[in-house]
Amino acid sequence: MASNTNFEKYKSDGSLQGNLIEWFDARFPATSMWRGHLSEYYAPKNFNFWYFFGSLAMLVLVIQIVTGIFLVMHYKPDASLNENGIPVAFASVEYIMRDVNWGWLIRYMHSTGASAFFIVVYLHMFRGLLYGSYRQPRELIWVFGTLIFLCLMAEAFMGYLLPWGQMSFWGAQVIVNLFSAIPLIGEPLSIWIRGDFVVGDATLNRFFSFHVIAVPLVLLGLIAAHILALHEVGSNNPDGVEIKKRKDVHGNPLDGIPFHPYYTVKDIVGVVVFLMVFSIIVFFAPEGGGYFLEYNNFLPADPLKTPPHIAPVWYFTPYYSLLRAMVWPLFGIDAKFWGVVLMGAGVVILAFLPWLDRSPVKSIRYRGPIFKTLLTLFVISFVLLGFLGTQPPSYAFFGVIPGAPVAQILTAYYFLFFLTMPWWSKIDKYEPEPDRVTM
Amino acid sequence: MSNECKVDGGRRRLIVATAAVGGVGAIAALVPFVSSMLPSERARAAGAPVEVDIGSLEPGQMITVEWRGRPVWIINRTTHMLETLPKLDGEMADPKSEKNMQPDYCRNETRSIKPEIMVVVGICTHLGCSPSAKFRRGTEEGMDSAWLGGFLCPCHGSTFDFAGRVFKSKPAPDNLEVPRHMYLSDKRILIGEDKKGA
Repeated sequence: MASNTNFEKYKSDGSLQGNLIEWFDARFPATSMWRGHLSEYYAPKNFNFWYFFGSLAMLVLVIQIVTGIFLVMHYKPDASLNENGIPVAFASVEYIMRDVNWGWLIRYMHSTGASAFFIVVYLHMFRGLLYGSYRQPRELIWVFGTLIFLCLMAEAFMGYLLPWGQMSFWGAQVIVNLFSAIPLIGEPLSIWIRGDFVVGDATLNRFFSFHVIAVPLVLLGLIAAHILALHEVGSNNPDGVEIKKRKDVHGNPLDGIPFHPYYTVKDIVGVVVFLMVFSIIVFFAPEGGGYFLEYNNFLPADPLKTPPHIAPVWYFTPYYSLLRAMVWPLFGIDAKFWGVVLMGAGVVILAFLPWLDRSPVKSIRYRGPIFKTLLTLFVISFVLLGFLGTQPPSYAFFGVIPGAPVAQILTAYYFLFFLTMPWWSKIDKYEPEPDRVTM
Repeated sequence: MSNECKVDGGRRRLIVATAAVGGVGAIAALVPFVSSMLPSERARAAGAPVEVDIGSLEPGQMITVEWRGRPVWIINRTTHMLETLPKLDGEMADPKSEKNMQPDYCRNETRSIKPEIMVVVGICTHLGCSPSAKFRRGTEEGMDSAWLGGFLCPCHGSTFDFAGRVFKSKPAPDNLEVPRHMYLSDKRILIGEDKKGA
């Protein structure tokens, strides 16, 4: 008869006389979790550069949580004016920067961390596109990933309001007003989100609450789901070959190596290089040339005056360009509603990728010229949309090519890339995948 | 114990009923939390009208006052500025102010009570930025050569004329909002209240 309780399964009788690990294992799945997720989680042996970004995203998450905890000790979410006529929230950030011991470092780590998070996550997502990591059986990993991306956007957006600078205020004003574009329920919905008829103290306090409690909790849950789903089906690899098809006598994949120590050690190399770049930015260029911390945000929020040029932080600008591209009303509904729809669809459409791609192979290594060309164009248009999103609507390339119609063409391409994928991914040439991974 | 699992209809019905009652309770428990996010009584009460003295407002000048946390512009328009309005009718999305963006007494060519004094909420009807004044004609303030003067929203490029009417094919769907207001005397305006109330 199989053992019925943990006490029978392990040698230890449950007393502390047995060894400590067994005592634990009889009560908590410590060793089995360690094995299942690290020392006996078999990952393909041919991971390359692109596989650093998942673990780096985890590292940045830890940086954000730790620095965030310490920032909350000094920050005050209060929009009222202090005795000098400066909003308390804005003044508390200045206080962190000037008077709190090492406050400048902790805040710059947090603000640089926000941009680093998006850099790492965008590269992590691009890896998925390159190697077809979203394909069957990894659809759910990808869907969880899209939700993580959405959460991350919400987290970054709400965090950006907290310093209560001009960009914070007017950025929140614009984004919350997006919801008012929804027919019928839009106006009450945006009032509900703001908690007032204008962006004000109520908005600041709830965004603070969401930024430090609600969204991080959801984010952690989604990340756990993302990793559990990954470990259930196993990692993809640059060849897009399923390593579980070929196993050794012990039932372990022939092309797999234990995640620990092989990939923990590899990832440490990535961490070291990442931290070098991260530190250079934190210490020498924390404002990132006005892209990581926008100059207008060094002015306290003024509800009566919009800065002459407002743009979101760089990581939102591709989607901001989608929003701006829509200037025509449709079906009797305002253009701004369709702009919002376009921006939302731009993110949500990612979740459908596993079902849009009909190629017989996963990895770019074995895919044909149509995929390679269209993906290259996609990356170029995404970067250009991002650039145009940082510029005023009147921007023209070299002063002659107007930016607005270019953004509209690129927006059309962004969606056509996905919507026509079922067709072009099927007719594209491909080479059969090899039996085993290549190094 | 037998391995047969016969569904006990009575118990199943009880489980369904219990879950339904529990579900209603859970939804009811959401009400206070969702409702707590609506504007509080204090926020609702903070909408008092604002009185403004326009005695020193010279023709061509504009002042901004705060009303319900939003900027309200008062512009003393010159005859030059007013002359541009009929010329632009063809380029406007809503030249006759047919949409409900002003009180009835301002549904006229100048969108105002007195032709020269414009009172308007300085919040773009697109996504709520505050447009910048671009009163000079032509390219002097970065506009195109056909520009007759008005306002430009810095966020998404919507343009408005001196009556706050929005140009066609711009992201903003509506003309700028004219708030309820009335003249307490020749030089004093009350914003947020008219003869019919607040």
